[in-house]
Amino acid sequence: MRNRAASTYIVLRKEDKCTKCRACVEQCTYGVHSYNPAKNVIESKSWLCSNCLRCVEFCPTGALTITRNPNSYRMGHHWNHEAIMDVKRQAETGSALLEGMGCDGPNLTYWDRLLLNACQVTNPPIDPIREPIETRVILGRRPPRVELKPENRRLMLKNELAPYICAETPILLAAMSYGAVNLRVQEAMARAAIECGTYFNCGEGGLHPELRRYGSHIIVQVASGRFGVDIEYLNSGVAVEIKIGQGAKPGIGGHLPGEKVTEDIAMVRMIPKGTDALSPAPHHDVYSIEDLRQLIYALKEATEYKKPVAVKIAAVHNAAAIASGIARAGADIIVLDGVRGSTGAAPKAIRDNMGIPIELALAAVDRRLREEGIRSEVSIIASGGIRSGADVVKAIALGADAVYIGTAALIALGCTLCKMCYTGRCAWGIATTDAELSKRLNLEEGCRRVANLIKAWTMEIKEMMGAMGIDTIEALRGNRELLRGVGLTEGELRVLGIKVAGE
Amino acid sequence: MDWASRKNKFSSSNTLARQPANPQKIGTQCRGHHRRTRRSPDEITMFQHKDQRTASRICEKSISSCALFGLINLERRRVTCNEALRAISCMSERGNGLGAGFAGYGIYPHFTDAYALHVMYLDDKAKRKVEKVLMRDFQVLLGEEIPTRRARSTLHAPAFWRYFLEPARSKLQEEEASPDEYVVSRVMKINGEVEGAYILSSGKDVGVFKGVGFPRDLAEFFRLEEYRGYMWICHARFPTNTVGWWGGAHPFNLLDLSVAHNGELSSYDVNRRYLEMWGYKCVMHTDSEVISYALDLLLRRHAIPMDLALAVLAPPYWDEIDSMKCEDRDLLTALRRVYGELAMIGPFSIIAARHGEMIGFVDRKKLRPLVGGVRGEFFYLSSEESAIRLISPTLDNVVRPRAGEAVIARCEAPRAVAMLSTLNQKEV
Amino acid sequence: MDLRESLEPRGRLQVDGNVALLDATGLHYRELNALMRRLSAEGVENVELHNVNGQRYIGTGLKRPMNIIVRGTPGNDLGMFINGQRIFVYGNAQDGCGNTMNDGLIVVHGSVGDVAGYAMRGGRIFVRDDAGFRLGIHMKEYGGKKPIIVVGGGAGDFLGEYMAGGLILVLGLKEEKNECVHSPKFVGVGMHGGVIYMRGCTIHAGKNVLVEGVEDEDLKLIRSLVEDYFNHFNLDLRVNDFISDEFVKVTPSTSRPYMGLYR
Repeated sequence: MRNRAASTYIVLRKEDKCTKCRACVEQCTYGVHSYNPAKNVIESKSWLCSNCLRCVEFCPTGALTITRNPNSYRMGHHWNHEAIMDVKRQAETGSALLEGMGCDGPNLTYWDRLLLNACQVTNPPIDPIREPIETRVILGRRPPRVELKPENRRLMLKNELAPYICAETPILLAAMSYGAVNLRVQEAMARAAIECGTYFNCGEGGLHPELRRYGSHIIVQVASGRFGVDIEYLNSGVAVEIKIGQGAKPGIGGHLPGEKVTEDIAMVRMIPKGTDALSPAPHHDVYSIEDLRQLIYALKEATEYKKPVAVKIAAVHNAAAIASGIARAGADIIVLDGVRGSTGAAPKAIRDNMGIPIELALAAVDRRLREEGIRSEVSIIASGGIRSGADVVKAIALGADAVYIGTAALIALGCTLCKMCYTGRCAWGIATTDAELSKRLNLEEGCRRVANLIKAWTMEIKEMMGAMGIDTIEALRGNRELLRGVGLTEGELRVLGIKVAGE
Repeated sequence: MDWASRKNKFSSSNTLARQPANPQKIGTQCRGHHRRTRRSPDEITMFQHKDQRTASRICEKSISSCALFGLINLERRRVTCNEALRAISCMSERGNGLGAGFAGYGIYPHFTDAYALHVMYLDDKAKRKVEKVLMRDFQVLLGEEIPTRRARSTLHAPAFWRYFLEPARSKLQEEEASPDEYVVSRVMKINGEVEGAYILSSGKDVGVFKGVGFPRDLAEFFRLEEYRGYMWICHARFPTNTVGWWGGAHPFNLLDLSVAHNGELSSYDVNRRYLEMWGYKCVMHTDSEVISYALDLLLRRHAIPMDLALAVLAPPYWDEIDSMKCEDRDLLTALRRVYGELAMIGPFSIIAARHGEMIGFVDRKKLRPLVGGVRGEFFYLSSEESAIRLISPTLDNVVRPRAGEAVIARCEAPRAVAMLSTLNQKEV
Repeated sequence: MDLRESLEPRGRLQVDGNVALLDATGLHYRELNALMRRLSAEGVENVELHNVNGQRYIGTGLKRPMNIIVRGTPGNDLGMFINGQRIFVYGNAQDGCGNTMNDGLIVVHGSVGDVAGYAMRGGRIFVRDDAGFRLGIHMKEYGGKKPIIVVGGGAGDFLGEYMAGGLILVLGLKEEKNECVHSPKFVGVGMHGGVIYMRGCTIHAGKNVLVEGVEDEDLKLIRSLVEDYFNHFNLDLRVNDFISDEFVKVTPSTSRPYMGLYR
C-alpha cells in the first residue's frame, strides 16, 4: 500500500522559474527529484522528501519550496500525524523504526524554564570585553586536599596530582565516530578543538591514522565494540572515555550498517568491509560496578596512569546512584548524556522514550555526590540538548564542570536536522561515509564554522558570567542560587534544587 | 568595671561552675527582653529561617554592604573597645543600623584555656537542648547569661549565654579527635540541628558580641565598656535584601578565627555547597559566614599557610599562574584545581583574625576598600582611612592592599606588619 | 617508594642479563605492572613470576616483546591490550584473559574464566582445558591480522557472539579427570565474520549462522593448530587419529545480520 496521500512534506516547484538545470536531481540523495526527458520536466516524489533543504539551497533560480503537506491525517492530539505515519510505516515494513538525531518530544526542555540572576547595585557586574573573565576548566580527578612539604626553604606539593586535561572553554565536542560521520567531519571538529583550546571526542570507531596528529586535543573512546582499540590508540589522545551508554539509546548497543563500512572504516575498526559493525549492548567485561572498576584500571594501566579516564552514561532514573558508583570505581570524569542526546541511528522507540532530561539528571547527580562528599573529586560533563551559550551557563550552574555539544556542532557544519543520518545518504555530506557525498563538506569552511560557534558561545558565556559578577567557572559550577525556575512543579524545583522565580 | 573582676558575682546561685549536675540548673530560664506572648514580625522571620532550610535544603543568601574596622596591639596589651567603637561609628554612613558586631580577643583572662561559647537563644526549648548537649559532651567550667542592658534599638534582643568549657576527656579519647575538631563538630551540630540556637563564637579567650542595631547600640547593650582585649574587630552592616537578624551580623567566628566582611559573594552558593561536603553547616543566612569556614578548613584542617590560603580565596588569574616558574605554577594550579570552589568571587574586603594575628585582604579585582595604618604598637585596618585618623591622627605608615593582596599583622616573633601577596612577603 | 630497590636485596627479584625472576607475593597489580614495565625498559625480555595470586592486567602496557611465565593464579584481564608479548600461565586464568589483545601469545596450562579473548584483534590464545562463557566474542580481523583461540576442553554459551573475524577452535577433549560438559548454546549468535570449529558436541547455534561439515582446506588449518596445541602442552596424542574425528564449522550466514530489522 502506498502511503503518499499524507506524505509529511511536499515539494512545490515554480515551473516558470525552473530551468531544468537538474541541480536538484544531482543534489538530492534520497531520490526525490528525477528528470523526465520525454516531457522535459523534473518530477518530484514528495513522499521521499525529508525536508533537508539541500535542493532548495542549490536551486539557482529559487524555483523550489518545501512545505508541510496541507494534506494531513485528521488532526488529533493522541493520534497525531506522526503517530499515524509511524504505524503505516511499520505496517508496511514489519521493522522497528530507525531514526537519526535526538529525541524531540515536547516538554522535555528545562533550560527554557530556568532563568539566571544578574547583578544590580549590591555587586558590580564585570565588563567581559575589557576585564578578564576566566572560562578555563580543568577536568580530572581532584584529591580532597592539597598537601604540602617544605623543600629548599619553600613549600612544594607533597604528592603528584592525578592527570587532568585543561580546556580553555567549558564546551567540548561530543563523541562522533568515524563511520557515523566521515573523516572530514572528524578533522573539522579536531581542528576546531585545537583552535579553541578544547577537545574533540573521536567516538567509538577508532582513530584514523590521519587524525592522530591532532591527538593533543582528542579524547578517545572505548565502547563495547572495542573498535580500533589497541594500546597505541589509547595513548594517542589526552584522555580515554568508556562509553557505557548514550542518551539517544540507553541500554542498547549500536550498529553501523554495512553500507557505511567502507574499506577505510574497515581498516580503522578492524572488521570486514561491508559488514554491520555491531556494538554489543553491554561491555562484556562489565556486568557490574566492580567490573567497571576493572575496566577503568585496565585503561589506566594501559596508559600508565597518565591520562584521565571518563565514563559516559545515559541519564537514566537512578543516574545519581550510578554516578556515585562510577566516582567510587575510580573514574576521573563522569559524562552524563540526557534524553535529548543525538545519534546517527537509534530505534525511535528507545530514542524517544528512554532516559531522562539532562537538567534533572545533572542536578540529581550533583546533589548526590555532594551528599556523599565526593563531588569535588570528580568532574562532570553534561551533554544532550545543549543549544546555546545560555544552556551551557545553566548546565554549569546546575553542577556540570563542562558540556559536550554534538548536534549544535553538526548544525554549524550544515546539518539541517532532517534525521536521515541512519541512511548513510546525508545530502550535506556529514553523516555519510560515501566518498562522493563526503566531498560536499568543505574542510576549511567546516572547521572555521565549528570554531566560530565555540568562540561565539564562549563570548556569550563570558557576558553572562560578567552580568552575574562572576569571573571564574569555578564560582559558577553548582551555583544554584543563580538559577530560578518558572512554570515548574514543586517536585521539579526540588530535584533541580532551585527556587521559583520571585523567591 | 573590668569583666574579670565581676567573675565572683557571676558564679552565684543562678549560674553553674564545675557542677555537671542537672542541665536544667545551668541557668534560669532565658530571661531576655524577648519574652512576650506575641512574636514580633522580626522574630517570626527568625524562626522561619531554619524551618525553610530544612524543608527545601536551599539556603538564603543575604546581601550586605558594610564598614569594617580592626585594631590590634602588637604587644598584646589589652585595651577597651572604645577607640574601635569611635572609629566604626564614624563610618555610620556605611551601615544602616540593621546589624553590627564586635569580636574581642584576650577578653577572658581567667579562662584562657577554656573554650568560650557565646550562644544566642531564641527560646527556652533551644537552651534546654543545647545545654543537654553541652553537659553531655563537655566539662562546663562556667555557664551564665551574658550581661546586657537595655539599649536603643535592641528591644527585641534574644537571650545570650556564654559557657566556658573543656571537651569531656573520655569522649574526646573515644572519638580520637583533636579538641578543636571536637568543638567544631559540636558547634556544627548545634547550629545545624537545634532550632532557635546559634553559637556565635567558640574560641578560647575570644568572644563575639553582635546583633541588630548600630555599633553604639550593641556596645551599650552588651556592656562592652567592661571588657578589655588586645584585638578588636568591628563591623557595621547595611543589609539590603533580608530583614536584619541577630545571627546575621558580623563578625563570624569559629574557634579563634573571626571574620568581618564587606561585600557580596557571587560565589556564595558554590562556596557553601563545597563547605557542606566538609561538614560545615551554613545557618546564618549570610554569605560572609562561608569565609570563616573556608579559612578554618584551609588553615586549621588542611594546614595550608596563610599566603596560600589567600591565594585560594582570591586566586591569581590563570594567565598569571601560567607565566610563573615551574614549581610555583604547579603549586598554584593544584590549589586552584583542588580548591576552586573556595574562590570568593565578587567584591570583598575582609578582616580576619586569629590569636596574635590580624589580616586584611581584598578581592582579586579590588572592588572594595581597605586601608591599614601603623602607629607604634598599634595596627589598624579600616574601610576608610578617616576612621583610623579619628583615633590616631598621626600614623607611622599607611598601607593599602592591592587586588588579591593581604596585609598581615603578627604579635608573635617575628613581630611584623607585612604585605602578603601570593608567594611573596614584604615588611612595611 | 622504589619497589625494585626494596625487593632485590631480599632475593624476591633477581635480574640476570635479560632474564628476571620475581616473587609476586603480596604485590599490588599496580606495583607489579609498573615494575615489569621498568624491567622491560631496562632490556629484560624474560620474566618468571612466582606466587602470582589475583594480580590483574599482567603484561598490559609493555612496549617491547617479553616472555612472561606466570606461576599461580593471575587476576582478571591477563594480557589485556598486549601487543606481541608472550604469556605462559601454569595454573588457571580468571575472567577476561586476552581482553582486546592486539598481538602475541597466551598459553594457559589450565582453564580460563569467562569472556576470554574479548574483542581480540590478533595473536593467539591456547587453553589446555576449558573456557568459560562468552569465549572470543567480538573478535576482529583485518588484512593480515587474524586472532586465533584454541581451547582443548569445552566452552560455555555464547561463544563467538558478535564475532567479526578470527578463528575459534574448540577441541572438546574429555579427560577422565576433567569431564567437561561441552554443549554450548547460542554459538556464534550475531556473528558476521570469522569462523568457529568445534569437535565432539552438538551445536546449538545462534541465529544467522551456518553449521556445516569441514572441507579439506579447513582440516589443513585445523591440523596445524592441533599440532601447535599438542606442542604447547606436550600431549602425547596422535594428531591423525584425532583429526579424523568429526568437526563442524560455524560461519555467519550473512555479513549483515541486522539488515531489515530496522527501517
